[in-house]
Amino acid sequence: MSSPSLSANPLLSTWLDFDTPGRVTAHMGKSELGQGVDTVMVQVVADTLGVDAARIDIKAPDTATGPDENFTAGSLSVPHSGTALLLAAANARQLFLAAAREHLGNSDVTLEDGTFRSADGSINYWDLNVDTHVEIDADIPLPPSSGTIGSSLSRIDLEAKITGQPSYLSDVRLPNMAYGRVIRPAFRGAVGVDINREEFLQRPGVVDVVVDGAFLAVIADTEIVAIETAAELGTTAEWRGEPSDLTDDGVCGFLTTVETDETLLAEGEGVHVEAATHSAQYSRPFIAHASIGPATALAHFDGTVLEVWSHTQGVYPLRRDLARALNMDEADVRVRHFQGAGCYGHNPADDAAFDAAYLALRVPNRPVHVTWTREDELGWGPFGPAMVVYISAATDDDGRITAWSWDGFGNGHSSRPSTLPTPSLLGYSHLSNKPAIPPSGDPPLAAGAGTGRNSIPGYDIPSVRALAHRALEMPVRASAMRSLGAHMNVFAIESHIDDLARQHGIDPLEYRLEHSSDPRARAVIETVAAQAGWGTPVAEDRGRGIGYARYKGLGAWCAVVAEVEAIEEVRVTGLWIAVDCGRVINPDGVENQIEGGALQSLSWTLKERVRFSNGVVTSNTWEDYPIVTFCEVPPVHTTIIDRPEEKWLGAGEASMGPTAAAIGNAIADALGVRVRDLPITSDAIVAAMGD
Amino acid sequence: MSETFTVVVNGVQRSIDADPSTALLWALRDAWGLTGTRFGCGAGSCGACTVWVDGVPTHSCDTPLWSVAGKDVTTVEGLTEQGPHPVQEALIAHQAGQCGYCLSGIVMRSAAAVDEARAAGKPLAEDDVRQCLDGHLCRCGAHNRIVRAIVEASEG
Ligand code: FES
Ligand code: FES
Repeated sequence: MSSPSLSANPLLSTWLDFDTPGRVTAHMGKSELGQGVDTVMVQVVADTLGVDAARIDIKAPDTATGPDENFTAGSLSVPHSGTALLLAAANARQLFLAAAREHLGNSDVTLEDGTFRSADGSINYWDLNVDTHVEIDADIPLPPSSGTIGSSLSRIDLEAKITGQPSYLSDVRLPNMAYGRVIRPAFRGAVGVDINREEFLQRPGVVDVVVDGAFLAVIADTEIVAIETAAELGTTAEWRGEPSDLTDDGVCGFLTTVETDETLLAEGEGVHVEAATHSAQYSRPFIAHASIGPATALAHFDGTVLEVWSHTQGVYPLRRDLARALNMDEADVRVRHFQGAGCYGHNPADDAAFDAAYLALRVPNRPVHVTWTREDELGWGPFGPAMVVYISAATDDDGRITAWSWDGFGNGHSSRPSTLPTPSLLGYSHLSNKPAIPPSGDPPLAAGAGTGRNSIPGYDIPSVRALAHRALEMPVRASAMRSLGAHMNVFAIESHIDDLARQHGIDPLEYRLEHSSDPRARAVIETVAAQAGWGTPVAEDRGRGIGYARYKGLGAWCAVVAEVEAIEEVRVTGLWIAVDCGRVINPDGVENQIEGGALQSLSWTLKERVRFSNGVVTSNTWEDYPIVTFCEVPPVHTTIIDRPEEKWLGAGEASMGPTAAAIGNAIADALGVRVRDLPITSDAIVAAMGD
Repeated sequence: MSETFTVVVNGVQRSIDADPSTALLWALRDAWGLTGTRFGCGAGSCGACTVWVDGVPTHSCDTPLWSVAGKDVTTVEGLTEQGPHPVQEALIAHQAGQCGYCLSGIVMRSAAAVDEARAAGKPLAEDDVRQCLDGHLCRCGAHNRIVRAIVEASEG
């Protein structure tokens, strides 16, 4: 077994401590984002150590005390942290067991809830003196599971949230805390701002008004004063600079003509457009993270050390970027994770952390708490990149696909902290004479790629060519959002596959199976088809569609069937999902993640589009950036194919692409119209009818 | 101009010196330390900040202080004082949530509906619950679990 988290943090004591009698603390490097990862880690540790789950405490990521596990991303928390904690716990169990045997003078020792027993007596983990500053042996045999792994343990954090207890970083209150609010420029391209600073400084409760380039903020004694002062600063500020002139309508043209760099992801011959049986262009717009709670951060500077609390996805990378941006030693910056509202990728959490840090440096020895507005959350956070994809496919006379070419255009899918040549923190980029945030990059293919994520179809095709074209200018800031390019690519590939099946008069399900020799692919496709009653007639005005992908080509297998009703508007009436993510740690958690991902994908696919013009993102309210509502959410039926003998794989992103594809295919089935440009709104359907 | 406002919050008299247009949400969170009521949008569009004003579910983020002076406000903390409300128990039993940020507002909205349904002996249907919650946003996609939990809670 192996895990990059373990190679980077090989010591057992980094992961587990037994310092508190009767308790075990597991130190995390990956963040609880609302996905339930903490609960899953409790299960792994409890099961492997042989203690009750109720004894396990999770210590959130912290650069002062915890392992460096880079980012919480790519559905890798279970494969990386889960494997590291599994091996750490297995090593601990072996060490403590040996010590217990020695202590009890008996080789016949049993273990129950942390207590080792023999005929001669008993001793527990906490009374044994064992040195845990040892390297973890990754080849250690694993103890038998007690069944905690594989059970649906309740979330350790949910009850507190449901009963309204302080749970989120926004709820943290420290003595003498000040509140900061940042007022963002009126348009992108602003370089400076004029305000009457003196007048605002005289207001009761205002501690400071900070102006640096196009960065404008207020620090106040109370949150109410901060909010009210920020609102007035916003209406009186005069911004200097030239707004950019791009509009979201022009994005496809921009991305396909701007300078790009190329990455060849699949080296087959592929097929040229002229020789293709079927070629088409697909696109999606920029998409917002749209967390229900705006970004928050808390920072404190004691004159030497800057401590920052953030709901970031990576405490260590954020620390690196904060140190760069603030010109401090990394050793003098401590970043601690604290939970925020749901996180689905690189959202403005890190930007808020910079805001709080920058303001805390202005008021040493006073904690500063920063919360973003809804408008800034939707208007200034990083966005999931817009994409344009061309696909050409050639078939033989029987309809069998012989060659396939994919070309994907768009901004890179990551501008995460510390991954770019200069800091990628919004507030930093607004300071005077600081560089703009560089164009986003793409993860390498081995890590699942970005623009090219899932660009290679998971089917048996003799010749596949895939070429990613990463745009070197960003119309708006782009970065990682749940499943990266897979949402668009699976939608495009599976639309194309459906078109080919229809061209050859073959049932889309049959067609997929004819091209699938992977037994685990066939299993999810066949399972979902049976669940959804594939082949049974659908009512008039309704359609049914299927979508399939193995996430990243390396992760979970997932197939989705959607049923839609298309009368005046398109409504999804049901989703059926089959997923194989290997060995399942928490079945209820997997179902929750898979269904949640599917519903978020439904929302992106049917409704969402970031709008901008003249340097202003206009879709910055819930009215202008609608997401799926309770009345629009269909029933979802999820089947998990558990494979206890296989490796565990993440589940957070597997359903995004297949859901988008199934919905698109169901709409095509209902209306006979193929919409290739997301989102599939009524207007888009009417436009496609004219094609 | 600041004025003094007094509101009865969870049965306790609270007061604050603030501008009359200050939203109840910020008095609750900032002045009175009741952070169970969440900030989502500040514009009445997401439901995260829902409380009861004289028993009626209301967005605290666009409710100005002047309009609640002397009234009874119940927050999620107040609802939970005597132990979890049946809606909360059902949400916990169904593990209905992911990040949970939307939930305290959803609890306040649906608890009122469930109390009414139980008093009338008329359990809520799924569609009733969806309608009731249509102004509440959940980005994590926990909708179906939430609906099932609330239907069950309404059955008593
Ligand atoms: S915060 Fe009040 S409705 Fe959104
Ligand atoms: S559970 Fe995260 S917003 Fe609803």
